[in-house]
Amino acid sequence: MTAQTLYDKLWSSHVVREEADGTVLLYIDRHLVHEVTSPQAFEGLKLAGRGLWRVDSVVSTADHNTPTDHWDEGIKDPISRQQVETLDANIKSFGALAYFPFKDKGQGIVHVMGPEQGATLPGMTVVCGDSHTSTHGAFGALAHGIGTSEVEHVMATQCLVAKKSKNMLVQVNGPLAAGITGKDVALAIIGKIGTAGGTGYAIEFGGEAIRSLSMEGRMTLCNMAIEAGARSGMVAVDEKTIDYVKGRPFAPSGADWDAAVAYWNTLHSDEGAHFDAVVELDASDIKPQVTWGTSPEMVTDIDGSVPDPAAEADPVKKGSIERALAYMGLTANTPVKEIPVDIVFIGSCTNSRIEDLREAAAVARGRTKAASVKQVLVVPGSGLVKAQAEAEGLDKIFIAAGFEWREPGCSMCLAMNADRLQPGERCASTSNRNFEGRQGQGGRTHLVSPAMAAAAGVTGHFVDIRQL
Amino acid sequence: MKAFNKLDGLVCPLDRANVDTDAIIPKQFLKSIQRSGFGPNLFDEWRYLDHGEPGMDNSVRPLNPDFVLNFPRYAGAQVLLARENFGCGSSREHAPWALDDQGFRVVIAPSFADIFFNNCYKNGLLPIVQPAEVVDQLFRECEASEGYRLTVDLAAQTITTPSGQSFAFDITEHRKHCLLGGLDEIGLTLQHADTIKTYEAARRQSQPWLFHQA
Repeated sequence: MTAQTLYDKLWSSHVVREEADGTVLLYIDRHLVHEVTSPQAFEGLKLAGRGLWRVDSVVSTADHNTPTDHWDEGIKDPISRQQVETLDANIKSFGALAYFPFKDKGQGIVHVMGPEQGATLPGMTVVCGDSHTSTHGAFGALAHGIGTSEVEHVMATQCLVAKKSKNMLVQVNGPLAAGITGKDVALAIIGKIGTAGGTGYAIEFGGEAIRSLSMEGRMTLCNMAIEAGARSGMVAVDEKTIDYVKGRPFAPSGADWDAAVAYWNTLHSDEGAHFDAVVELDASDIKPQVTWGTSPEMVTDIDGSVPDPAAEADPVKKGSIERALAYMGLTANTPVKEIPVDIVFIGSCTNSRIEDLREAAAVARGRTKAASVKQVLVVPGSGLVKAQAEAEGLDKIFIAAGFEWREPGCSMCLAMNADRLQPGERCASTSNRNFEGRQGQGGRTHLVSPAMAAAAGVTGHFVDIRQL
Repeated sequence: MKAFNKLDGLVCPLDRANVDTDAIIPKQFLKSIQRSGFGPNLFDEWRYLDHGEPGMDNSVRPLNPDFVLNFPRYAGAQVLLARENFGCGSSREHAPWALDDQGFRVVIAPSFADIFFNNCYKNGLLPIVQPAEVVDQLFRECEASEGYRLTVDLAAQTITTPSGQSFAFDITEHRKHCLLGGLDEIGLTLQHADTIKTYEAARRQSQPWLFHQA
């Protein structure tokens, strides 16, 4: 048999039928549903008199619009509230395997909730009306974001109309230096291949550095595959994957567990499998990363400086740099370490899991928020992450440092709730997008790891966490 | 879905790379549970000088005179000319909904982000990839000549300039068929319901742990 990549295996095992032009019906095992991209899909089902093809494939939660404080007061914004209540009503009438509504202890960011419930399993196809669905590829699953029309299509047919992507291997060789996280690896890769570098590809991340990452680190990395242009990113199954899944609510048990593990252990690229593109990085070159611009590819490391557009020959790129510097309020050649921050946000589907909070707490412990920093928000990814962090006393460390310990949700990653930047405010953020206006109109975002964000919170500017 | 066949449309040039879906339709407008009405908030943060929120009367908001969509010469444009990696970022289908609601039927760029590209086809909006040098030429011609129009013929898979120069474009047979017919994709897929059921039964047998009592 021909050697197959992990992606080839996941793809071919889900093809229901194929047309002459390569368009296939791809079977979907898990459909994660949140309040923002689902109402029009449910409405479409209602209008056509259709139901869910497979109720037990749907796992749902409310995350984008939910507030992160004063839960006793409910959702104050009436249109945010309407969207969340619409999801409540739709799940009630259409059904789901599990639903974690606003205020439920299992509620959280959909890409944190899925894995922690065991709703994401190796070998699955996982979709959600959310581009960061690539996160779930960390489990050796084929996972990607879809639009609302496709949400409706999966609800009604359990399938997607899809065409196969090309295979890309991103190999990170050698061990990571101390203090370097999945976030730094993700940003370094995007810095190398660009935000469109992965367009048209499914990326498999491999190499010693990737194998050394925890499941949380791999989720961070796969989460940001979309910022490199790839709809899906994935990591082969190993012991860490299986250990993470074991015992979770929707994970198999007994004889099913043994059969599942036997299958999951085949979920890796075969020796000699063909990749259409291979990108290699040397892990020892990766330092803590900081973005300076308005696209995740506008990134440098902590020893770097803001670029000078005068040094760029390509007129489109030069224009992009000039526009980014104007928006970000930065001067060319400014060292990254001299950039002061107003706000720090630790959270999002990229970096709000327990390990992320531990890394941030390790920096915050015994230190206090810099006087020049207005606010440091720590938003756990789910109710379960919050409870775990509190059991470990992390909340007390954050509060003692002058950080705010909030309720779970997407929060200031995209500012659909009340957590947002004011025009001109500069934020060290553990989220995934530094686009203009992403965290609030006129807000300026610098993407960093949780430890780097916490360090900016206690010093007031970017610092090398390895020297703190 | 509305069908797409042939269009002769005014062209609006948006000369920026990496235009993301947050820029196309900012997050505050995603709170709507409707599928229409997003047009006035297309490119909201670039298009207006004030901060937009849902429910505002957009007709009285101050327009940004420097933003290309507000130039009188591009009023009523149906073809958007764009740069690399158009539609990157979030999977929000509100982006093609907003473009469609504004009246755009075609977007031409050297490259598109995958999810946005796919979402366009579901809404009768045709995204066309052209080589960078062709896009450069179209930008030059469009900016030099007021009232610049392009003819887009889906059946023939061609774009034709006012001087009669034609460029071919690619599209999969499946997408072309759906767009030309304005077909309901769910209805098409359900014609294969038995094949899906057969696949599903086999899967239930081989990987029973993927199935639960809901």
